[in-house]
Amino acid sequence: MSARPATFGGGYDGEARPRMGFFTDTSICIGCKACEVACKEWNLLPQDGPLSFTGNSLDNTMALGASTWRHVAFIEQARPVPDLDLAALAERAAGDQAAGATSGMPEVGGGSMVEAVGPARDGIRWLMSSDVCKHCSSAACLEVCPTGALFRTEFGTVVVQPDICNGCGYCVPACPFGVIDRREDDGRAWKCTLCYDRLRDDLEPACAHACPTKSIQFGQVDELHARADERLDELHRAGVDSAQLYLRDEADGVGGGGAFFLLLDEPEVYGFPPDPVSTTRDLPAFWKAAGLAAGALVAGLAAAFAGGRR
Amino acid sequence: MTAAPPTPRRDPDRPGVSMVPRAEFRSYYGRPVLKQPVWSDEVALYYFTGGLAGASASLALAARLAGNQRLASDALAVSATGVLASLPLLVLDLGRPARFHHMLRVLRPTSPMSVGTWIRTTLGPSVVGAAVADRLGIFPRLGRAAEVVAGSLGPALATYTAVLVADTAVPAWHEAGRHLPFVFAGSAAAAAGGAAAILTPTAEAGPARRLAVGGALLELAAAEVMERRLGELAEPYHKPPARRFATLARAASGAGALVLGLAGRRRPAAVLGGALLLLGSACQRLAVHKAGFESARDPSYVVGPQRARLDARAGVPSRR
Repeated sequence: MSARPATFGGGYDGEARPRMGFFTDTSICIGCKACEVACKEWNLLPQDGPLSFTGNSLDNTMALGASTWRHVAFIEQARPVPDLDLAALAERAAGDQAAGATSGMPEVGGGSMVEAVGPARDGIRWLMSSDVCKHCSSAACLEVCPTGALFRTEFGTVVVQPDICNGCGYCVPACPFGVIDRREDDGRAWKCTLCYDRLRDDLEPACAHACPTKSIQFGQVDELHARADERLDELHRAGVDSAQLYLRDEADGVGGGGAFFLLLDEPEVYGFPPDPVSTTRDLPAFWKAAGLAAGALVAGLAAAFAGGRR
Repeated sequence: MTAAPPTPRRDPDRPGVSMVPRAEFRSYYGRPVLKQPVWSDEVALYYFTGGLAGASASLALAARLAGNQRLASDALAVSATGVLASLPLLVLDLGRPARFHHMLRVLRPTSPMSVGTWIRTTLGPSVVGAAVADRLGIFPRLGRAAEVVAGSLGPALATYTAVLVADTAVPAWHEAGRHLPFVFAGSAAAAAGGAAAILTPTAEAGPARRLAVGGALLELAAAEVMERRLGELAEPYHKPPARRFATLARAASGAGALVLGLAGRRRPAAVLGGALLLLGSACQRLAVHKAGFESARDPSYVVGPQRARLDARAGVPSRR
């Protein structure tokens, strides 16, 4: 598969802009939810259902929805952590130094460190991740929309036009990530616009603007790709083997995301589908089957009349 | 550092919270990955009325070509009724019913709903017009032309709804996309044949009965093949709320085919058999509809097959 162009030029002629997106680096997310708040505020989003406690870590938002366009996930994982006996460690280090060890550090091979490490005890690894619409390269929501309400902007993002949407609901089950939904009181489908209004005024989206750790990075998708690759290398070199990029690959089932992620565990742990596929990829095969089935119906009719009228 | 000290054996990747007990899949607190469809049961009934209308339009045209005027008239009336019943079912399900006509702004080939809208928009007025012309005996030539248009599009109307549901991320629908059109085509033929068998005098309803029985057999066989190919994704068909509709569909379609096939030349049997096939057809669509919702709700149906696919691609022995 050849690399996609940096822009989706189709239909925009000279007005096409570089493709813009998000790189969400979850390894530096602190779970502050500033993105959720900034998004709600800027986009004037109403409350998404009754407020309640879920008991699931610090997450009472739980999912993206018609009125929730950023969602911070909190995952608590039990991990063994070494129980360091600091006093013994200090004593050993002093002893090693007195014995004239050449390096300043205790010799690992000599066994002095190991003895200072007690049996592992239970600890917690806390993963946090801010989820958002992926603005897929092959966007199923847009492809199935029968009114043209969903469209691809000059920035390569995917946006619903509220004055066109008639609430048919087709985009809702078409999204492989469960992002877009219909607002009950209003009847129309809503999702993240990647702050289309702000982009047109050369501002960054509200969530990225509010993120205090730059876990949410906004920019040109090709530049974000380079930044993400570099960050992944850095983490792998530091021994974080579980670090992986999600929706970075343009050869994946949705053609890569305009919003993509660096994760520290498998995607499904964060509530992402591990191998999402844009549903329209299989559409030609479905139409072919329908054609054969329609042919069977015609053949059946012909056979039914071949037997005469009784 | 040497080997880690012994620790209590514990899966380090499991969050502290309890997960769905199913052994080997991971998720975010067991929450759905997908949004459930927002379509009401009326939409499933539309799959039935639309299928009935489509197959009946084709039955009417075939009967006309065969010179069976009585059967043609009855099938035409059924088709027009199906079309008229479909409209409110579809419009009222929209979040913004007053914007129904926004569907007519575009023709989007990648959207089966858009394609279907145009099929319906062409077939609907044609078949209603043809039925009115036929009943009142006016505009005979225009009526016949409209019958040809409607009859030619009938098979498309009867099957496109299968593509519509398959063209989603819903596992029980998407993964069945190569089989659902046959289920829907068979179901539509059974309904159209059954309805005509009820209305048309038995002496002239032979072709309708044969279509009905053949359709029911195709519906049952295709549903069986579909479930086998779905493997574990067929589970939602065997769980509430889809189970009772799937069971009823099987029983009613099977019994209807039997009654119509063996005793359909007698009036009471024709009515009973036809009614059973209509019931079976409607239940079949409801079963598909409900099974899809369940497969979207339970993350194991989304994560499981995708993880297995990834592992297979990476050459990792399956974790499931």
